[in-house]
Amino acid sequence: MSDQTVSAVALTGLPPKASLFQPHRIVLMVIAALIVFSVVWFMRWDWLPKYSGRLVHGVGVTLMMLASTSILGFLLAVPIGLAQVAGPWPLKMLARGFCTVIRGTPLLLQLWLLYYGLGSLFPQFPEIRNSFLWPYLREAWPYGVAALTISFAAYEGEVMRGAFAGVPRGELEAARAYGMSPFTAFRRIWLPRALHRALPTLTGETVLQLKATPLVATITVIDAYSVVSKVRQETFITYEPLLLLALIYLCLTAILVVGFRWFENRIPTRGA
Amino acid sequence: MADAGSLINWSLLALSPPGWGGVLLAGLWQSVQIAVGGYTLGLVLGTGGAMGKLYGGPVAKDLLEVYTTLVRAVPELVLILILYYAGTDLLNQLSAALGYGAVDISGLAAGIFVIGVVQGAYSTEVLRGAIKAVPAGQIEAARAYGMSPVQIMRRITLPAMLPHAIPGLSNLWLIATKDTALLAVVGFSELTLVTRQAAGSTKAYLLFFCAAGVLYLLLTLVSNVLIGLIERRYRRGMAEPA
Repeated sequence: MSDQTVSAVALTGLPPKASLFQPHRIVLMVIAALIVFSVVWFMRWDWLPKYSGRLVHGVGVTLMMLASTSILGFLLAVPIGLAQVAGPWPLKMLARGFCTVIRGTPLLLQLWLLYYGLGSLFPQFPEIRNSFLWPYLREAWPYGVAALTISFAAYEGEVMRGAFAGVPRGELEAARAYGMSPFTAFRRIWLPRALHRALPTLTGETVLQLKATPLVATITVIDAYSVVSKVRQETFITYEPLLLLALIYLCLTAILVVGFRWFENRIPTRGA
Repeated sequence: MADAGSLINWSLLALSPPGWGGVLLAGLWQSVQIAVGGYTLGLVLGTGGAMGKLYGGPVAKDLLEVYTTLVRAVPELVLILILYYAGTDLLNQLSAALGYGAVDISGLAAGIFVIGVVQGAYSTEVLRGAIKAVPAGQIEAARAYGMSPVQIMRRITLPAMLPHAIPGLSNLWLIATKDTALLAVVGFSELTLVTRQAAGSTKAYLLFFCAAGVLYLLLTLVSNVLIGLIERRYRRGMAEPA
C-alpha cells in the first residue's frame, strides 16, 4: 500500500488547531457538548465501576499486543524487505510470495487458521506435548501474537522493500568508493537511510496494527474489546460499552499519532 | 494420532452435500456481493464526501472531518458492531413509528451498509487527495471557457483525477474484500464464518481454513490482474511513475 492509501485508512495526523473559535465551530461544539451530556446523563453507565478494573487490564493487554507485535514484526520486515531488493532469486521469490499470501487473505482467517488449525494439530504430536513450550501453546495469546506479527511483517516488509529500493544509488556507490565492505555500507548507509524513508509510513502502519488488535478477542484473548463484549453479555446493555470502547481506541490512536509526530520531529531533515 | 491418509480428506471439499465445497463457494459469493455493494456505496459516499470537503461550506467540512477522523481512528470491528446494531435498531424503530411494525432486515443489506459507511470515509480521503492533484490551471481554464461546475466536474476534474485515484481506490477494493471477513463476528454467513462452521463440524480445521485462504487469495489475484488492466488504460499518455 502506498503512503497515500495508508493515511486514507488510518489516522496519521491530527486536524490542525486553526482557530477553534470561528462562529460555526462554536455552534458545532455546543451541539457536540449537548450530545455528550445527554449520552452521559440518559444512558446507563452504572456498570462502569464494577468493570473498570478489568477494562484497564484489557487496555493493558491491547497495548502489550500492539507493542510486542509491532516490534517483532518490524524486526522481521527488515530482512523481508532486503530479500526482495537484494536477495538471490529463491529468497526473493519466497519473500514476495509471503507478502502476497499474507496481504491477500483476511487477518481474521489467518488468526483462526493458526489458533484452530495449528492448535488442533499440536496435541497430536507427543514431542510437542512434552516440550517446555507446551504450557504456552495451550494458551491463546501466542497464536494472537504470531498472527499479528506475521501480518505486520508482511505489510511493513513491502514498505521496507520500497524504502531499500528508494535509497539513491549514488550514496551506496560513494560508500563503496570509501572502501566500506558490503556489510559496513549496509549498516552505516543503506539501513539508516531506508529506515528514515520508511518512518512516515510507520505511523500509519502502527495505527492499522492497533485497529487490528481487537481481532484477538475472537480467540479468547482478554483484551479491551473482549472485556467490553463480556460487559454486553452480562448486563444486556447494547450501545454504552461499545461507545466507551470506540472512545478508548480514539484516545489510543491520538496518543500514537502525537507520539510518532514528536519522534519524527526529533530526526533532523535537510531543508524542512 | 490419526493415520496420514485421513489427515487430508479431500472428499470433505466435494461440491455436493456430504462435502462442504458448495457451502464454501456460496459463502464466497456472499462475500463478493457484500464487497461489491459496500465498495460501490463507499464510492458514492466518498465522492460526495470529497466534494463536500473541498468545495462545501464550513459546517459540512467540519462534519466530514469528524466522520473521516472517527472511522480512521476506531477499529473496523468496533465500527461494524456499532453500525450493525445501531443501524438495524434505528430502522426498526423508524418502521415501528411509521406503523409498519418491525421489519426483517436482510443480513446482506446490513453488511453492505456497514462496509459502505466504513469504505466511504476511506474513499473520501483517497478522492480528496486525487482531486487536489489536478492542476488548478486546468480547472481555471474550464471556468474561463464558461463551463458550469457540473460540466467542469464531468469533463475535467473526474477524468483528470482518475489516474491519481486508481492506485488508492484499488487498494480500498482489496481492503473491502478482506473487511467482509469481519462480518463473521456479527454472525453473517460469509466465507470466513461458513469455513469455521465447516471446520468445527468436521474437525478438519487446517484443510478448511487453507481452502478459504486460497479462495480469498484467488479473489485478490484476479482483482490485481483486472486492476492492472484498468490502470494501464487510464494511465495511457502519462509519464511512467519513477
